[in-house]
Amino acid sequence: MPAEEVGVILPQEEVEATPGVVESGREYELIIVGAGPSGLTAGVYAARKMLKTLLISEDVGGQILLTAEVENYLGFYYIEGVELVQKFEEQVRRHPIDIDLGQKVVKVEADPPKFRVLTESGKFFKSDTVIIATGKRSKQLNVPGEREFLGRGVSYCATCDAPLFRGKDVAVIGGGNSAFTAVNDLRNVGATKIHVVNILDSIQADPILIEKTRDPEKLELYLGHEVVEIGGMGNRVGSITIRDRKSRRTKILEVQGVFIEIGLVSNSELARGLVRMNRWGEIVADCYARTSVPGVFAAGDVTTVPEKQIIVAAGDGCKAALAAYEYLLHR
Amino acid sequence: MGILSENVVTELRKRLAGLKGPVKLIVFTQDMECQFCQAARELVEQVATLSEKFSVTVYDFLKDTEKVNAYGIDKIPAIVVEGKMDSGIRFFGLPSGYEFGSLLEAANIVSRNNAMLSPETLEILSPLDRLVHIQVFVTPTCPYCPIVVKVALRFAFAKEQIRADMVETTMFPHLANRYAVLSVPKVVINETFSFEGVLPEKQFAEQVMRAVQGG
Ligand SMILES: Cc1cc2nc3c(=O)[nH]c(=O)nc-3n(C[C@H](O)[C@H](O)[C@H](O)COP(=O)(O)OP(=O)(O)OC[C@H]3O[C@@H](n4cnc5c(N)ncnc54)[C@H](O)[C@@H]3O)c2cc1C
Repeated sequence: MPAEEVGVILPQEEVEATPGVVESGREYELIIVGAGPSGLTAGVYAARKMLKTLLISEDVGGQILLTAEVENYLGFYYIEGVELVQKFEEQVRRHPIDIDLGQKVVKVEADPPKFRVLTESGKFFKSDTVIIATGKRSKQLNVPGEREFLGRGVSYCATCDAPLFRGKDVAVIGGGNSAFTAVNDLRNVGATKIHVVNILDSIQADPILIEKTRDPEKLELYLGHEVVEIGGMGNRVGSITIRDRKSRRTKILEVQGVFIEIGLVSNSELARGLVRMNRWGEIVADCYARTSVPGVFAAGDVTTVPEKQIIVAAGDGCKAALAAYEYLLHR
Repeated sequence: MGILSENVVTELRKRLAGLKGPVKLIVFTQDMECQFCQAARELVEQVATLSEKFSVTVYDFLKDTEKVNAYGIDKIPAIVVEGKMDSGIRFFGLPSGYEFGSLLEAANIVSRNNAMLSPETLEILSPLDRLVHIQVFVTPTCPYCPIVVKVALRFAFAKEQIRADMVETTMFPHLANRYAVLSVPKVVINETFSFEGVLPEKQFAEQVMRAVQGG
């Protein structure tokens, strides 16, 4: 009998040039930092306006790479995150813009009348306009043990690490969509017991996701509880200590894995001191994606835009590229 | 019907048309095929039908001891990707999900006969005079893992002293336990030295040198 069909993910086709070939020192009309849905969309719009553009990013896809299933991006009633990324990237790659991947941008600074973009690897580029589309990353709990046991049972990537916890007891910290997505992943791979610890008294995840993960035998909910400490046995996680916020009573849960899904922080450090931000570090952008500095635009999750969704980020990327084009025309 | 979906087959056929030189795919399985051995063998056999540059050899882990020893195979399923000669590229477990891309990358490297590493990286690795065994532990659902596997494979191709293994962690729980793999990608160099997460090519090369120089 033949084996069952194997699910494989085809990587993006390599273009002749490998990542990292964009030489330092080049000048552009537009530099887009970040290649999540917002940066990629901006890339397509900029190319169609024939702007001399550089798209520079650590990876392609951003947070969508961490999303197993997307069911709310129009045109696809169900699509795997990675497949959606591939479709986005394919569309961008049809256009003649420079793409430099595997590059972390550490600073965007004014160099009147232009801007300078500096990378961790020591490259720099100049540009008339910049779109910051760097999105968000996982927030840390900041409790003892979290750093010490990172990669030793503490994880911020449930998609990556859930399969390692088959037959094990784990805790998921958080109560939003990403927490319940992690619960779903862990259930699917056969984790034995899943303790969900949420600081709030209710669950914030979408009802459809809560319904999908309902499993009274496996799931143990601790609402209104905070994590006090992550403890270990040798060099691995062995337990977490949680505290009831009302009674202040603590409890120790024996777990081998802790998946931290308590929300996100903005990747806006690169623009600190340049543009205005709110107290959560989100870049203040108006409905034309303009920031407090003319010529610098921001799009997607890194901004103050109220909803953090793929479709919103993509729309923002479009607005930012068109606004950059207008700016260059009328400057 | 094969082990790959029709869409994948159509796309792969196009992509594999670009292969330059011959690529040998060597599969190690056994008579009574283990759970994923059959899938690994069928996967390789089907991929091989998509370009005339491929050839496939299947060895029995229990009977073909000479080959098992020559290639240093200690677990199955195992796949060796070889060009003109063995350059130390190994896949242990089924390369599904994101890791299928790593298998294609291996084929690309050996068929182009080019490790595609930067001159700086090659410079860092140039003093290497001892054998290095790099194991990259992955899961098929990890989007970052192929980035690390790719670099390890390139190192193996560039340096005859280096052997690079992709290890699908969930298929070898005893290794997950031995090397305390609780997050992926995890790289273990020469059994004792390890790091987690993605490192750029240059820093990865520096870690390899640190590992051989005793940390
Ligand atoms: C687990 C999970 C599930 C989700 N599910 C859904 C869903 O089902 N539907 C939905 O609509 N939304 C979902 N979202 C939200 C959605 O993924 C985000 O809203 C969207 O990805 C934001 O896009 P973005 O382009 O603004 O930023 P991101 O996707 O965060 O991309 C940012 C990009 O910038 C790069 N970058 C960051 N910092 C730097 C730097 N310093 N230098 C260079 N590059 C940098 C990153 O590598 C990345 O490529 C989910 C999010 C998560 C985490």
